[in-house]
Amino acid sequence: MNIMDVVECIEGNVLTSNVNMERDVEYGYACDLLSHVMANCSHNSVWVTVQTHLNIVAVASLLDISCIVIPESIKVDSEVLNRAKEEEIVIISTELNTFEICGRLYDMGIEPCE
Amino acid sequence: MKQFIMEHTYEVKAGDYVVAGEASSSIKGLLKKLGISGDIVRRMAIAAYEAEMNLVIHSEGGHLILKISPAELLLISQDEGPGIPDIDLAMEEGYSTAPDEAREMGFGAGMGLANIKRCADEFNIKSSVGIGTKVEVKIYI
Repeated sequence: MNIMDVVECIEGNVLTSNVNMERDVEYGYACDLLSHVMANCSHNSVWVTVQTHLNIVAVASLLDISCIVIPESIKVDSEVLNRAKEEEIVIISTELNTFEICGRLYDMGIEPCE
Repeated sequence: MKQFIMEHTYEVKAGDYVVAGEASSSIKGLLKKLGISGDIVRRMAIAAYEAEMNLVIHSEGGHLILKISPAELLLISQDEGPGIPDIDLAMEEGYSTAPDEAREMGFGAGMGLANIKRCADEFNIKSSVGIGTKVEVKIYI
């Protein structure tokens, strides 16, 4: 599965233009506490969070996370999107809530982070 | 005496959430460029990030120092206070003194020091109230 498949699965809207969408996505993780993410989120994973500040890009970049999904159409500032593009992190927005995003991705074969 | 072939110092300012993470990003980029294996880069990146965020959230400012030798990586986090009164308590997962401002951003889970220790082959923390805290993380290459 790659990022394009994730976007389709969750009816997402890609907020970061010109970032590689063919990167593999093998695992998934959902949490809004950054230390839990640092401790438990694998590389090549999709991370679902309602946090939208600059530090989510740093966390994703440090862990080699493939893409970040922002639920419930929460707005993301252009400053954060620009940083994400620089770091080649894809940010996807969707109307779905975290529960439904995770359910759909799990059904599609995305595994929990180890 | 181990010989360190490279040493970098990164200044970390207290309360600056906007640039927070830049020092650890630089550290990760440097280690990748040096061809250090992915697992070790990842462990050091996590330790550096947690240490950097501790400096941003809890300290009055400080530095991250990375020393590299052929056998090991050493990360030192050194701050200018306020110091930790009870280190055992601070090490407990879930215990946090982070202000509301940090918690609203998803920091302050009380896992920072425990995460750092988990990533380290050798971990050392010393603190004096009114003086400062020094954390040392060693990862064997």
